[in-house]
Amino acid sequence: MATLFTDARLIDPVAGVERRGDLRVVDGAIASPGPAAQVVECRGRCLAPGIVDWGVKIGEPGERHKESYRTAGLAAAAGGVTTMVCRPDTAPALDGPEALAHATALSAAARVRVHHMAALTQARGGRQMTEMGFLAARGAVAFTDADAVVRDARVLLRCLSYARSLGALVVGHPQEPTLSAGACATAGKFASLRGLPAVPAIAERMGLERDLALVEQAGARWHADQVTTATALDALRRAKAGGLPVTAGVSIHHLTLNALDVADFRTFFKLTPPLRDEDDRLAAVDAVADGTIDVIGSFHTPQDEESKRLPFQDAAPGAVGLETMLPAAMRLVHAGHLDLPSLWRALSLNPARILGLPGGTLEPGAPADLVLFDPDAPFVLDRWALRSKAKNTPFDGARLQGRVLATWVGGERVFERERAHA
Amino acid sequence: MTFRHRHLLGIAPLAPPEIVALLDLAQDYADAMRGGRKHWDALHGLTQINMFFENSTRTQASFEIAGKRLGADVMNMAMQASSVSKGETLIDTALTLNAMRPDLLVVRHPASGAVDLLAQKVDCAVLNAGDGRHEHPTQALLDALTIRRKKGRLHRLTVAICGDIAHSRVARSNLHLLGKMENRLRLVGPPTLIPAGAAEWGVEVCHDMESGLRDADVVMMLRLQRERMDGAFVPSEREYYHRYGLDAAKLSGAKADAIVMHPGPMNRGVEIDGTLADDINRSVIQEQVEMGVAVRMAAMDLLTRHLRAG
Repeated sequence: MATLFTDARLIDPVAGVERRGDLRVVDGAIASPGPAAQVVECRGRCLAPGIVDWGVKIGEPGERHKESYRTAGLAAAAGGVTTMVCRPDTAPALDGPEALAHATALSAAARVRVHHMAALTQARGGRQMTEMGFLAARGAVAFTDADAVVRDARVLLRCLSYARSLGALVVGHPQEPTLSAGACATAGKFASLRGLPAVPAIAERMGLERDLALVEQAGARWHADQVTTATALDALRRAKAGGLPVTAGVSIHHLTLNALDVADFRTFFKLTPPLRDEDDRLAAVDAVADGTIDVIGSFHTPQDEESKRLPFQDAAPGAVGLETMLPAAMRLVHAGHLDLPSLWRALSLNPARILGLPGGTLEPGAPADLVLFDPDAPFVLDRWALRSKAKNTPFDGARLQGRVLATWVGGERVFERERAHA
Repeated sequence: MTFRHRHLLGIAPLAPPEIVALLDLAQDYADAMRGGRKHWDALHGLTQINMFFENSTRTQASFEIAGKRLGADVMNMAMQASSVSKGETLIDTALTLNAMRPDLLVVRHPASGAVDLLAQKVDCAVLNAGDGRHEHPTQALLDALTIRRKKGRLHRLTVAICGDIAHSRVARSNLHLLGKMENRLRLVGPPTLIPAGAAEWGVEVCHDMESGLRDADVVMMLRLQRERMDGAFVPSEREYYHRYGLDAAKLSGAKADAIVMHPGPMNRGVEIDGTLADDINRSVIQEQVEMGVAVRMAAMDLLTRHLRAG
């Protein structure tokens, strides 16, 4: 069956342009122009490839009260996310083929596509590598210990070398753990005044430089999950200019918030890594614009109310982001930092390409994973209206512009905003 | 006067006239106590609970005496021994105590911001008796009152705060207070004990005592905690004392009438020379303790005035 999306602002991250026109979908895939039985009138709203959100934490197994595949899927669909690439930092960690099979079965409850990253080392402990071959064969798209840094350089070098033999992608968390131990803020004027244990920004560069040296030695494909400081971005730029096959991501929160947002110990702003100075935020935004940073992710990390209602240094880190990533990212467009095709390169095209997934484009043959949104629609975010089980968003009460109107996965509509809220 | 704040969580939210009013009232209490008066009825019928999640003998005693002199019913809770060790969260502890309808909660907690968090959940006035490395407002107020009594003013003074600034809530509250009152501030200590970004606070940062104490009116020493002494932050106790411990020789660079302060408890021979600490011509350490009771009485008096309307 064919569907025609008419009169849309089509966002094409491949060509880097947007154009007004129609898009035809046949049997769940994007097709060339032709006749259609069904019409979706877009009325000049934006139609873009669905977001591929790299780094989503689901509470299954272990913390299902925080988030399940079903609720995460609802949040994703409402946020224009059509593919969730999930982290292995579950309880227990996703570190074996049986665990992956279990997670894959559970993930059928989500209304959007789900892929899994597997742990790089057993129990994310940084000692014994996982069965990467089995895991890759069962569909693991990358290997990472999430925010647990493999401290032992020899272990990491072996993991990288072994991953290379499989052509597997390894995802690192650049951080020098001896500097970041116990820290909950970025060292500087603000953290010092608040009396919060802090990590200097250079800890990220030190972790990155070490990992880059090992990657150069092992020749593996490597991606830095989050690069958030100007000093680390310089190191990343040098590595990329030197031809090292590395890529990097950043969280939407580090692009739109800074350390001052923590204000009077607001724990919803406690993230990993901690929020940075405004200069670092702007450097990260520039790095997305110039392509140094390839991927923007939500790093969706659901936390229950109890784990956030604690003194700042004791509270759990992380924020939910599946549903808020698109409107938050629109801040970068409205502020003039990025145009929509460049933004979608980071939200959709690049993560799909790096992970070897179909999608991220509007080219004929690609899956019809689409998001229809109004880039200008203003609203005030109410965290209790979020579809995630956990409501720990730093954007509660924030004025945002940009709303998802409908989302399709493989041509099937998985979300449509009710008119009253449109 | 009425006090526009429900709680005393820090010096940062206070305006200079509010600080002056607090000090004026404390001065009245101090004078009356020097005259021998030991009892008031300002807090008669009110319940004060001291919740100390971190050990403290001196501060807790000071708050207890202050409350009792004002006629409050004072209760001390040793929080380490309570349900906290059974896993109760800070907020649950706060709600439980709140249900007992206290009028004043005096709280000390090892985590920065914890007292702010607790204050959001209770109906009564909360007095911060020190939270992590964040604030210790009554200490800064008692220091200010002591300085004002000794120097005759609380502005245009050169104040050197020396020692472990990085881990000190006393230093932060004093920076706020003395900064608001327009004094010249110096932070003196080894770079390992000066917090990151301190140079952006509008203070001078010195890494040696000679330049740090030059022409100072007030020398405020901070306690160096024993766990910081060896290896991690400074090489040893004796080297620290040699470079940063206050003795008569180092003090000679300050003004001839400079006063020496210390929030206590002191490590004699580590951050301060014992003889100097006892020198009644220079050291005002005992007066600080005395003013502590007066300042805490003033703060509790102001925070409960709305309960005694009419």
